[in-house]
Amino acid sequence: MEIVGQLQKQFVDFTTSLYREGILDGQFVELQKLQDESTPDFVCELVSEYFQDSEKILTNLTTALQQQVVNFKVVDDHVHQFKGSSSSMGALRVRNMCIAFKSLCEEKNLDGCLRCLQQLKHEFYLVKNKWETLFRLERQILEAGGAVPFVDYRFY
Amino acid sequence: MILLHVIGFGLKVGHLLLILCGWFLSLISLNLLINGGIMTNKISLPHEEGHLWMKMREQISELGCKIHHNYSQYIGSRKVRKNWWRKLLVAWIGLGIISSFSVLWYMSSQSVEKRKETLASMCDERARMLQDQFNVSMNHLQAMSVVVSIFYHGKNPSAIDQRTFARYTDRTAFERPLTSGVAYAVRVLNSEREQFEAQQGWTIKRMDNVEQTPVHEDEYNPADLEPSPVEDEYAPVVFAQDTVSHVISVDMLSGKEDGENVLRARESGKGVLTAPFPLLKTNRLGVILTFAVYKKDLSPDATPTERIQETAGYLGGIFDIESLVEKLLQQLASKQTILVNVYDTSNFSQPISMYGSNTSSDGLRHVSALNFGDPFRKHEMHCRFKQKPPWPWVAITTSVGILIITLLVAQIFHATMNRITKVEDDYHEMMELKKRAEAADIAKSQFLATVSHEIRTPMNGVLGMLHMLMDTYLDETQQDYVRTARESGKALVSLINQVLDQAKIESGKLELEEVSFDLRAILDDVLSLFSGKLQDKRVELAGYVSSKVPSTLVGDPQRFRQIVTNLVGNSIKFTDKGHIFVTVHLGEEVAGLMEVERDPNSTLSGLPVADRTRSMAGFKTFNQEGSPYTSLSSPDNQVNIIVSVEDTGQGIPFEAQARVFNPFMQVGPSISRTHGGTGIGLSISKCLVHLMKGEIGLSSLPQIGSTFTFTAIFTNGGQEVNNQNNFISSEFEGMRALLVDPNPVRAKVSKYHIQRLGIQVEVVSNLNQDFSSLNMLFIEEEVWDKNLGRMDFGISPKVFILSNSVSSTRSIFSAPGVVTPFIVMKPLRASMLAASLQRAMGVGNKEKYRNGELRMLSLNNLLRGRRILVVDDNPVNLKVAAGALKKYGAEVVHAERGKEAISLLTPPHCFDACFMDIQMPEMDGFEATKRIRDTELSINNRIQLGELSVEDYENVSNWHVRIMAMTADVIQATYEECLKCGMDGYVSKPFEAEQLYREVSRFFHTVNDVNP
Repeated sequence: MEIVGQLQKQFVDFTTSLYREGILDGQFVELQKLQDESTPDFVCELVSEYFQDSEKILTNLTTALQQQVVNFKVVDDHVHQFKGSSSSMGALRVRNMCIAFKSLCEEKNLDGCLRCLQQLKHEFYLVKNKWETLFRLERQILEAGGAVPFVDYRFY
Repeated sequence: MILLHVIGFGLKVGHLLLILCGWFLSLISLNLLINGGIMTNKISLPHEEGHLWMKMREQISELGCKIHHNYSQYIGSRKVRKNWWRKLLVAWIGLGIISSFSVLWYMSSQSVEKRKETLASMCDERARMLQDQFNVSMNHLQAMSVVVSIFYHGKNPSAIDQRTFARYTDRTAFERPLTSGVAYAVRVLNSEREQFEAQQGWTIKRMDNVEQTPVHEDEYNPADLEPSPVEDEYAPVVFAQDTVSHVISVDMLSGKEDGENVLRARESGKGVLTAPFPLLKTNRLGVILTFAVYKKDLSPDATPTERIQETAGYLGGIFDIESLVEKLLQQLASKQTILVNVYDTSNFSQPISMYGSNTSSDGLRHVSALNFGDPFRKHEMHCRFKQKPPWPWVAITTSVGILIITLLVAQIFHATMNRITKVEDDYHEMMELKKRAEAADIAKSQFLATVSHEIRTPMNGVLGMLHMLMDTYLDETQQDYVRTARESGKALVSLINQVLDQAKIESGKLELEEVSFDLRAILDDVLSLFSGKLQDKRVELAGYVSSKVPSTLVGDPQRFRQIVTNLVGNSIKFTDKGHIFVTVHLGEEVAGLMEVERDPNSTLSGLPVADRTRSMAGFKTFNQEGSPYTSLSSPDNQVNIIVSVEDTGQGIPFEAQARVFNPFMQVGPSISRTHGGTGIGLSISKCLVHLMKGEIGLSSLPQIGSTFTFTAIFTNGGQEVNNQNNFISSEFEGMRALLVDPNPVRAKVSKYHIQRLGIQVEVVSNLNQDFSSLNMLFIEEEVWDKNLGRMDFGISPKVFILSNSVSSTRSIFSAPGVVTPFIVMKPLRASMLAASLQRAMGVGNKEKYRNGELRMLSLNNLLRGRRILVVDDNPVNLKVAAGALKKYGAEVVHAERGKEAISLLTPPHCFDACFMDIQMPEMDGFEATKRIRDTELSINNRIQLGELSVEDYENVSNWHVRIMAMTADVIQATYEECLKCGMDGYVSKPFEAEQLYREVSRFFHTVNDVNP
């Protein structure tokens, strides 16, 4: 039980830091609330779906920005999609980056877009990393026989 | 003459001014009527002024037209126009100067002409007089010649001697005013000389020497003269007037002038004049008039030779011209004004001056011919004015006047043009400012939108947190606080929305929602919103809803709440004692109440209030003839609600009552300092009331209080009026309570709230009752205070004190030795009362009151078993949406493309609703919805026409699937836009339970109605 308590504390601290650093926002809490006994892996599935989708989008974006003549409409569509899924997931920093990216797209600022893409990738891999850590902690808690505590950032 | 000229000129100037005035007027009127095109010039004139005026008017208007044409042509280019009017101004000034000088010239020439005429007439007059007098003298001389002829030559011996002649001539000198002397010379032939000389006793003397060597008068002696040399004939003077007696014996023929004269005289038989010569003795200029005396009467046509032969002698008269003319001029009055010169001009090249100073002959001169009856001699009279011509003051003043008028008009014109330019500049500046202001207005709107959006975002955080807090385990007080905080937060958000709404209301773009709501709950919310504010004031806030008001109404609860909040908030600001009482009735009820006269003292706090009926005096609904409510009550299920907010505040001054509903208008500037607020609330309320097809009115008595009343029309929510089972909570149902309150109005309010919990209430006015069979006892605070210490209720009923303020509750607790009662804080409201009762009675299940779960339960009810299609190109979003809907029990089908959705939603299908993302590649949500609606429409039509059988379409003849837009940006995708392409509503992404509930309840409710 000692281990479980530590893990739970670690989990809470970690989750709290995610909210505090602005990596995640309330939407993720909403998602967690949608998860119940009937759909125990809902969030996990959703996140992996998000990873797949996002990596695809990032590849597409990279390709689109490497074209001789960059079609900014296409870029914008990709970014928009990325923004939509990120905001549904509550990946706040990715979403904000997408918003910045979109405005650069409107300006047709290729250099800015390329820089932004790098930052976007950075943010995405950051949140991916965080989520993976989060789910690992969750699994460890469950394996240790504890209950995953419900953390709502809005109390911090 | 001068006067006439001046008048004529004045008329001309007046005419000119009139033209100018007309021109200015037409210019101004044209400017004024720049768009109208109406010519004010065409105003009909009185007939007598008639034709000329019309002509002038037309000309003026033509001119005006031309000018205006130019003007409007140049209106774009101000610089050109400025130059244009500057040129005009210069031209006008030039014209004025020219005309002024021409007038000066004209008038001075007129005066010169006149002077000339005056001179001429004066000169002529003098000449004529001179001539006349000369003629008179001449005639007399002639007559004398006849006398001489008769008495000297006709008688022998002669009847005349020198003495007779001298005496006669002397005594008749007055007849010849111009002659200084008369002499008679006889003709003596050389042959007769000696005889003659002997007869006379002197020798004939010659004259020429005398002339050549003039001597002094006193030295003059005829005896010194030389005797005349031998000539053919002689003409010695025999008789002479005393004044010229010295010429006796002088031969006239020997004198050069006299000789010629004598010869000419005897040839012509008429008076003959000599050239002027200095007279003997006096040495003054004179002329001699000579008449020949003939021996017998000659016929008028006698030849000169005959005349010479018949000549007997010569009568000469000496005219001293100088003295004579002077004498003459002295007779005339205006002698001083002119100078007269008389010339002998027989020899034209060398005129001989006979009279007058020989001054330089510049300036004005007039020459009058003088005829002295001698054709050989020509005489002229030259007249000049003594003084220089006077300055032509009339001309000068007139021209200066014209110049001044011109300059004044120019000044006016200049000032006008400057003014116009300035006004135009101002206008352009104003336009610029207006543009800027409009831009600023747009910027303001954008700013408001942005800021309110920015505020809403964190406020959503606050609200969400409170929402979460309510889902946690809280005791009743905490729950109430949280609820209040949440409602306040919501009110803040709605206030922000309302600031945005103000713009919408002003542009008429605000639309009301149509959702079902519980009016009583809304009122409770409003009351609890203000309960905090009233804690430190001794003001009782109460709400009462008539039992006839349906529990569920359809309308816009937010707007209704906004109005009530505004009114109550307003009342609270101005009320420091007494009460604020919100009542809700049906229109029909109030119409009945109005007839029953109310006791003015039976109010909530006992203080007098403004009469509510008076605030409704202006309502059309109540002023209609006949029964006003037949039309309002329900063919289409309408409910007319009358809400009154009554306070005992300071009231509104009568003069300010008319304008309290104007935006940003407060009673006085000090009010906003004292009480704050923007003054926008009542204006918004009025607009909202109008949107709800109601009216708002007020009745206020200064220092007594105000009563605001408004009506609003809602639709009945479909449930039965006064449904007894529709209680807030059921655990108190059937319990009995006694309410002790002497004030009937207050008792009614308390009773209403207690009854809402299902408790049977009996009202008594004092404590002298039997409390044994009661579950609870409610006592008004004032009653409790009065009876403090005299109470013994036994143990059976729980005692509740209905209290107004925190401070007074403390005093209750401090009273020792009494049953500790429970305090129920006012304002009373069902949830609060229920919570208090639960705490006191120890009944109830807290978890039941967890709002979130309640809502979730209702969402579950709505969505369970529904088949819902979710369309979104984003798989993550799709999953989230699906997950959320599944959680509420719905069956979810995914589609990633608009086309997919179209094929899935082509009837027959078994979907209850569709949630459609708006921004999708290939085909967006709007387009997909349109196509789905088109397909549905064509199928519906074909079913109706019988082309398709209803059985194939699951017996549904009217296909219309509910489509909800999902959008991340709620502001952008407005409700109207969604409706336009056939959608039924929208939910924001990601899903929020409350919004989802609101939207879903809206149409699944109606779906139930359509397909039960």
